[in-house]
Order: sequence, then C-alpha cells, then structure tokens
Amino acid sequence: MNALQIKKGSTKHSAYNLRPTFSDVEEAHTLAVLVDNEAGVLARVIGLFSGRGYNIDSLTVAEVDHTGHLSRITIVTRGTPQVIEQIKAQLGRIVPVHRVHDLTVEGPAVERELALLKVAGAGDKRVEALRLADIFRASVVDSTLDSFVFEITGAPEKIDAFADLMRPLGLIEMARTGVAALSRGSDAYRQGG
Amino acid sequence: MARQMTGARMVVQALKDQGVDTVFGYPGGAVLPIYDEIFQQNDIQHILVRHEQGAVHAAEGYARSTGKPGVVLVTSGPGATNAVTGLADALLDSIPIVVLTGQVPTFLIGTDGFQEADTVGITRPCTKHNWLVKETDRLPGILHEAFHVATAGRPGPVLVDIPKDVQFATGTYTAPVKGGSKRYQPQVKGDMTEINELVEALESAKKPIFYTGGGVINSGGAASQLLRELVEATGAPITSTLMGLGAYPGTGKNWLGMLGMHGLYEANMAMHDCDLLIAVGARFDDRITGRTDAFSPHSVKAHIDIDPSSINKVIRVDIPIVGDVAHVLEDMLKVWKSRGRKMNREALTKWWAQIDKWRAVDCLQFRNSDKIIKPQHALQRLEALTKDRDRYITTEVGQHQMWAAQYLTFDEPKRWMTSGGLGTMGYGFPASIGVQMAHRDALVINVAGEASWMMNMQELGTAMQFRLPVKQFILNNERLGMVRQWQQLLHGERYSSSWSESLPDFVKLAEAFGAKGIQCSDPADLDDAIMEMVNHDGPVVFDCLVEKHENCFPMIPSGEPHNKMLLGDAAATDAIQGAGAALV
Ligand SMILES: Cc1ncc(C[n+]2csc(CCOP(=O)(O)OP(=O)(O)O)c2C)c(N)n1
Ligand SMILES: [Mg+2]
Repeated sequence: MNALQIKKGSTKHSAYNLRPTFSDVEEAHTLAVLVDNEAGVLARVIGLFSGRGYNIDSLTVAEVDHTGHLSRITIVTRGTPQVIEQIKAQLGRIVPVHRVHDLTVEGPAVERELALLKVAGAGDKRVEALRLADIFRASVVDSTLDSFVFEITGAPEKIDAFADLMRPLGLIEMARTGVAALSRGSDAYRQGG
Repeated sequence: MARQMTGARMVVQALKDQGVDTVFGYPGGAVLPIYDEIFQQNDIQHILVRHEQGAVHAAEGYARSTGKPGVVLVTSGPGATNAVTGLADALLDSIPIVVLTGQVPTFLIGTDGFQEADTVGITRPCTKHNWLVKETDRLPGILHEAFHVATAGRPGPVLVDIPKDVQFATGTYTAPVKGGSKRYQPQVKGDMTEINELVEALESAKKPIFYTGGGVINSGGAASQLLRELVEATGAPITSTLMGLGAYPGTGKNWLGMLGMHGLYEANMAMHDCDLLIAVGARFDDRITGRTDAFSPHSVKAHIDIDPSSINKVIRVDIPIVGDVAHVLEDMLKVWKSRGRKMNREALTKWWAQIDKWRAVDCLQFRNSDKIIKPQHALQRLEALTKDRDRYITTEVGQHQMWAAQYLTFDEPKRWMTSGGLGTMGYGFPASIGVQMAHRDALVINVAGEASWMMNMQELGTAMQFRLPVKQFILNNERLGMVRQWQQLLHGERYSSSWSESLPDFVKLAEAFGAKGIQCSDPADLDDAIMEMVNHDGPVVFDCLVEKHENCFPMIPSGEPHNKMLLGDAAATDAIQGAGAALV
C-alpha cells in the first residue's frame, strides 16, 4: 500500500489529462525516465519511491547517450490512477529528470527482459528442461554434466512462465535484468527536448 | 569573463554576482578557505550564529521577508547535520535558501574521515536539489545553478557540498548566465483553455471562494496586487492558509480570516459550503482539509499552482492550472474583464448574507480576565500597540503560533514568518534575526512559547553581537501548551511530559547575555510593558506570564470535516474519537 491513499474528493468529473479518474484499482505502468547521467540521480529516483511509499516492480538504468550524458531509467510501478499521476509529477520535479514517459498510456510499446536461469538435474528432467528451453527459445550459455544456465529474453510474463516450468525441473538460481521498454513505431523520445 | 581563482574565492565571487549581501554561518575546518576569503572583503556580511540550525532559520527569515534567497555557510559533518532541520523546514514551506557546506577533501571521501558525513545523501530528501562538487572548474556553474534552482518555479532549499581541496585548487571562474540553467525551466504561463473555463465558472458561481496560500507570496508582489484586484472586482470572499497571510490584507473587506484546523469559523464554513473553490498557490495540506472525503463536498474546484505535483495530490480538482500565480491571475483578470466583468451578483449577495451569519458567531471571542493575562488578550494588545509600525512577525510553534495567526493582522505580504509545513519549534527566534538583518530599522517581533523559544535561545548571543533589536514576546504558559491541549482532548487528561519544568528566569537569562528582560504577569501592566519592549533599542526578552490552561479555539478535531468545528472549551472534551485519534 502506498502512503498517499487518497479518498474520493470532488464529485465532478472531467476529461483533461491532469484529471485522473479517482479509481481505487491498482494498475501497473511502465515509465521511461530520461535523466542526466550524474552522481546521485538514481538515488533521487529510488528515494522518491521509498520516501513516498510508491511501489517498484522493476527498475533498470543505463546510459543511453554518452555524449549527451543521458541515462534512461525504466520503472515498472503499480498504483491507483491518481498515484500513478503523482509518481509522474513527482519524478518530473527532480531537477536532472528531463522527461517522464508513461509507456503504458502513450501508445503501444514493447517490453523485454533478459533472465539467466540455472537448472541442475540429471536424467529425464535434464532432457525435459532442454526441450522446454528450445520451445521458449532460451539458449544454453553454460553447461556441466549436471547443470545448465539458460538465457531467455522476452516479456516478463514469458520469463515468469519459463521459470515456473523450470522450477520442478531443478531451477536453483535465477537472475533477471528488469524491464527495458520502447514505444513501437518510428516516433522516438529524443534526448533533451 | 573567465578568470583564474581558487574555489574558495569563486564562492565569494559567485555570491557577489548573485547579489548576496548577507551570509548566515558557522565556521569549521572544512570551510576555512571560504572563511578566509570572506575575511578579505567587505561586500558580504557574515552573521555568526550560535548553532547551524539557527543559521538556516535566519536565512529563511531573511528570504521570506525580502523575497531574495537566504544564504548559509557551514562546515562538514556536524555543521551540515545541524542544518538538516532548517532544510526540511524550508522544503515544506517552499523557501528559497542556498546552503553551502564544507566537505572533507575528495581523496578522503568514503574513508570515514574526520568530520565526514554523506551530506548530499543525508540532505537529498530535504532539499529541492543538491550537488557535491568534485572539480573546481565546475564550482561556479553549480553555484549559479543552485541560485537558479532555489528561486525558480516553486522555490526551495538547495545545498552545495564543497570538499576542502576543491576550495583550495585554482580553476576558471565563469559569471552567471542570464535566465539561469537551461535544464530547469518550470512552466509559468497557465493554459488558456483552463483559465477560460475557470472564468466561466466564476461568472456563474453562486458561492465562490478564493483559498490562497504561500504560493501567492512566493510568486512576488505582483501576485498579491493581482489577487487584491481580482477579489475586489469580483466581490468574492477570500480565505488563506497560515502561509499565505498578508497576500490579501487582513483588514480587507472580503477577508474571512485564516482557514484550517485553527482557522476561523466563517472561513471553514464557507469552504465547506461553497460551490466554486479557487485554490491559489495553496496545497490542500491536511491542516487545511480536515477529513478529505468530506472536504468542500459541493464545490467545483480549481487549482492554480506552479508545481504540477501539488495538483490532484490530496484533493481532486476539476480545473487544474499549472503556472505561476501572478501570470495566471493576470490572464484570468484579462479574460474576466474582456468578457464583461460578469458575476452572479444576486447570488453573491445571498452568499455574503450567509457568511455574515457565520461571522456573527464571533468565533475568536474568549473569556478575558483582569487577574491573569490571557494569551489572546496579550496578542490583541500587541496588535493594537504595534500595528501601525513597520512591523514583521515571526513565531515559534504551538498554541501561541495559532493565536498569533488569529489575533494579529497582516496587510502586506512578507510580514509574517512562521514554520507552517514542518512546524519547527525553535524556528522563530533565529528567523527574527534573519528578518532584522534584512530590515534593520523595522520592528521585528517573535511571538514565542517558552518551550519553543528555549530550543534556539542561544541565538541571543547573535542578536547581541550584531545589535539586532529583535523582540522576543514569550507567551509563557509553563506548558508545552499545544501538546497539553491535545492530551486534554485526546488522551484522557494524562499530561505526559507536557510541563515546562525547571524554566529559567527569563529576565536574568536576558541580562546574562547583556540584553533587556521584561516580565509581566498583571493585565493592568501589559500595555506599558509592551511599549517598554517596543521602545527599547536592543534585543528584548519579554516573559509574558499567561493563563496556563487556555485552549486554542476554534478547532477542527482530527478526522472531522470543516463544518464540525469546536468553538469553545465546553464542547471540546472527548470530541476526538475513533479513527481521528490516530491522526496528528
Ligand atoms: C522541534 C519540535 N519538537 C516537538 C514538536 C511538537 N510540539 C508542537 S507544539 C509543542 C509545544 C510547544 O510549546 P510552547 O513553545 O511553550 O508553545 P505553546 O503551545 O505553549 O504556546 C510541541 C512539543 C514540534 N512542533 N517541534
Ligand atoms: Mg508554552
């Protein structure tokens, strides 16, 4: 639960973008945040989420423009519509934040995550793991006589599904990168502007 | 023009280029090079406080009474941590201050060096932005950006952490660029579609009200002027938060008084019953709204604010307008005039008739006494005897603060400095010092409680050293009065640690610093004693012994809506029940 549980205020309804419908249903949103790549910027973003009690389902960050010193932070967060609006507004207040894009509402987007899964076992289970990996287009990046490390890329749900299948087959360790996301089509969130 | 100089000299140069005349601070190992530069010039005066918290509050007082950013200089480690309360205070009240901290040399950072603290880490959540400067060449740009960020958009505190080796090293100084840093340019013009919609709503409103806050004052003198014009021309009533007092004159005819938990009955009732609520630079704080699901239930709500995150944060609004108050009010007035200055005058007359009925309740009445000084009476006398002077008021936090807001009148902005958002006891005394520094000839009074005042009373040394004739008007109830009131109303009259025990003799205390002390306990002596304080050319500690058990009313109990106000003592006991008791 977040700290800003807000009860219904006005009874009036409206259609402008600053006017969220005050629903109590939580939604997952994927936000792309373009920031100056400077010391402390990630701490500011994370501090905002922890300090105000917002959820982080996944967070990834890396420099995307070396000459422009820009990084892109991709955050998957959950909240009621007004909390999501607050999160975006609060992110927008951070000085090194250039832009905040809500990929969930701004049109179709692709989301991908990479995961590494270590599956240990022998005999039939080992064969079955390999067969399922093939179906999921996971590749083997390390193998010993009694283990594999699979690499899989895809939407988070696909990785969840693959992990679920691997669990009874000897999944002993997993690392996930978190979500990277881009809007579909030729429009781009240009640096800076 | 680029010039070579040390980092320490750059600091002083940048302050001069930013128009700074006063710095509040306290030296230490990690800022000695900067202090050395301050010593060698005369343009900037350094005010040596007695505790770094005092420096930040003084800078806040300076900033709030001038509209210019306040500047603080403190050392690393404990110097920086002592400044934290002031930063948090300035953040919640949107006060522009620039705090410069020394830091251990860059090569010691991370080694737990002597007086090392992760200053940018500690202050990140209580500044608008902060910087750790690792290269001397970057220092001037960062300092100029710091002033820009502190003052642009919604103002706030910023901090620049400067390691000692960066202060010693030589680099290239660059002057400020016009318009400030490119990367931080908040939107100041409001959306015209929304403004039009608001004007339309205003024209047809039957029961409109302006609800204004500190944002009007922060926006500058033009905002207050435009607000006055708009209110007078439309004839709508206006109320304000604690932070916004003075933007519209307290003697103005449309003034309903402050709203909120200890606001006036007529203001809160009007907020509850209005059909158009126009929030201007106010942020629907929980001290204002009371129970949010019952807050102003029948109104269309418009919100003018420069900070998009303030809009729809607590209360959902129908007409959101992101922009600077002055810009938006100007456009609003233009549109309203060009559309023929329409208002629903007939309905407005009825609305005022209703408001006058609420006013007739006279919610600020209290039972006076000729034996003991009632705190409300003390403030009424202070008001009567000082209102015509060039007067600035600061306060501490507690009952006295609320009474000051209720019983003193502010006709101009920037005359009232109080810790609203954070509610910081210990704010008022150093703030009064900052105000007096900016207005050497004005009458500066800190309305204090004895407990709050003791939290930063060491600043009497500062007031004496710099000949700042600040008046400390202490309403001494020998209680943490506000805490005692809540314990009475909420905790079965179990007065856990709310006595002010072992109080000093305030007169002797003043005298120990070389200041003047006055004590007054008899209502008959009060006027003379106040005049003695006012006329004394120097700092005065006024120990006003008041009724110990007076409660502050009116009051909206926690968890209740505006129309459930308590007006007097009789109604109050056991008034806060159930879930409300969990609220602060
Ligand atoms: C630094 C700080 N600590 C604690 C509090 C909680 N608090 C609010 S009012 C109050 C009592 C203030 O007493 P006093 O200054 O004597 O004022 P009074 O209410 O008696 O007028 C306290 C302890 C606070 N606001 N600030
Ligand atoms: Mg007291």
